[in-house]
Amino acid sequence: MIRYILKRLAMGVITLFFLITITFFLTRIMPGSPFDTANISPTMLETLERNYGLDKPLDQQYVKYLSDIFHGDLGLSYKKPGLTVNQIIARGFPITLRLGAGAFILALIIGIIVGICMSVTGSEINRGMLLTLSTLGVSIPNFVLAILLMMIFGVSLKWLPTLGLTTPKHYILPVVSLAVYPIAEISRLVHSSYTEEMNQDYVLMAREKGLSVFQIRFKHILKNALLPVITVSGPLFAFLITGSFVVESIFTIPGIGKEFVNSINNRDYTVIMGLTIFVGAIVIAANLLSDIVCVLVDPRIRLDKK
Amino acid sequence: MLKKEDYFKPIDKRVQDSEFIALKPKSFAADVWERFRENKLSLFSLYLLLSIIIIAVSGPFLSPYPYDGMNSSMTNRMMSIQHWFGTDQLGRDLFTRSLYGLRISLLIGFISTFINVGLGMVYGGIAGYAGGKADMAMMRFVDIIYAVPSLLYIILLMLLFGSNVRSIMLGICISGWIGIARITRAQVITLKERDFSVAAYIQGASSFRILFRHLFVNALGPIIVEATLMVPQAIFMEAFLSFIGVGISAPEASLGTLAQDARMYLEIYPYQMIFPIAMLCLVIFSLNFISEGLGQALNPKDRR
Repeated sequence: MIRYILKRLAMGVITLFFLITITFFLTRIMPGSPFDTANISPTMLETLERNYGLDKPLDQQYVKYLSDIFHGDLGLSYKKPGLTVNQIIARGFPITLRLGAGAFILALIIGIIVGICMSVTGSEINRGMLLTLSTLGVSIPNFVLAILLMMIFGVSLKWLPTLGLTTPKHYILPVVSLAVYPIAEISRLVHSSYTEEMNQDYVLMAREKGLSVFQIRFKHILKNALLPVITVSGPLFAFLITGSFVVESIFTIPGIGKEFVNSINNRDYTVIMGLTIFVGAIVIAANLLSDIVCVLVDPRIRLDKK
Repeated sequence: MLKKEDYFKPIDKRVQDSEFIALKPKSFAADVWERFRENKLSLFSLYLLLSIIIIAVSGPFLSPYPYDGMNSSMTNRMMSIQHWFGTDQLGRDLFTRSLYGLRISLLIGFISTFINVGLGMVYGGIAGYAGGKADMAMMRFVDIIYAVPSLLYIILLMLLFGSNVRSIMLGICISGWIGIARITRAQVITLKERDFSVAAYIQGASSFRILFRHLFVNALGPIIVEATLMVPQAIFMEAFLSFIGVGISAPEASLGTLAQDARMYLEIYPYQMIFPIAMLCLVIFSLNFISEGLGQALNPKDRR
């Protein structure tokens, strides 16, 4: 098992390396200079390029960039002089993390409960309705939902605040917009795997043993049914991070998503690179984590790897 | 001792008539279609999607307004007989622009999925059929590409090649085919041990023929389900990117850009946002319901 974890870790590192490389070369191939060349004299341009290390040959720049990242330095912003990418991340990431974690936890709780309800309910009508609702939940894009919620609850009814993040109430709309898709996805997963588990022999055995319904449902079936949820939580977390790009733009929340969108619109290449690598690293780490947890939880995966 | 003529005697006619096959022979496709039709929601979604496609393809021809025809005397009008969806802040007819946006969304969705399925099936089929070290090497290589979120690929490509349809399709296709490749590979690995493939092999069929003629056809089930899920994902990705400003650029109309343009006027002219968003949602909903129905139709055992 340790070998499996080490292998996955190595894969993660290689992937990150790959991401850094393509990001670097793609942004260096970009035509034109990152500086506003119209108003600068040639000597000024030379000095600027020397300062930012752009005058050296490409492979030297690459090695320097790699060693910088290794030391944790993601570079300076071009468009906002004096601001480092690390500072931007330090400012924005805690906020994005709060939103993302909140949405994730909410999605897990509600998704699992709804999924169990879908499997356990006796009425076909209920199940059909919940299934349709969950398909709708999966289909509606998160920015559409964010705008709709903003229009209904923020503008028309004026129940909830829409801009910024000053009070706890401000969190409700963004977190809900982010969480709807994961809720629908998780509830569908839980429904299908829970139903499968419900029909297994060990459930019959548990009933024969006389265990209470509560014990059977939650201790036994749920633990086995949760495996697909763990598998999918890595990609789901990645989805939440990318979803935060648009939700933060709509609700004007100063997180990394908004910084990323701003830097793209401003063509601030170092920030784009730095944030891409950061977000990519987070996603790769989340996938790695969910893979490892999967292996820890399900012995079958371990034993299969002969 | 039985004589040769006694080995096989024709059956008595009465016995022959008592046994008959009640059902008429039906092809696999007809079977699937019949099961699909039972799910009323999916059937409705299919018809809805077909109508949307027809309108999107033919609509701009029939509309008297070009999608970029600015008319400053007719800005921000509500719905009327002349402008079914009203006009936007530059006087352009929103109905035509929405149809153009639909066109772009459907184009991106279907073509990128088509390319992904083609690439993925070939790659996964070869990997699965070859097996062993080649298979492992191919899949490891692909794992690395897959691990990076495709959004990042698309954004980098759009910065490099400009904000147009081709960049988005390229970005979606860079890692989109990998899911299909994995499914195809898994299917091929299971199917190549089956009797029919062994039979083809014994009869001297070339690997190429076995793979394409026999294995692919039988592997299509899960691949089709995955493909019908990829179309709405691609459409969502394009709308998402256009909405944050990284996607298609003006004056091209994409449903995402229409929504973005309408954001500023949301409180005063909500209709400008509602129509593109409603069309986007309709397309994605219907595709997802079709995919559900197809999944159930192709795997009757899985139905609940």
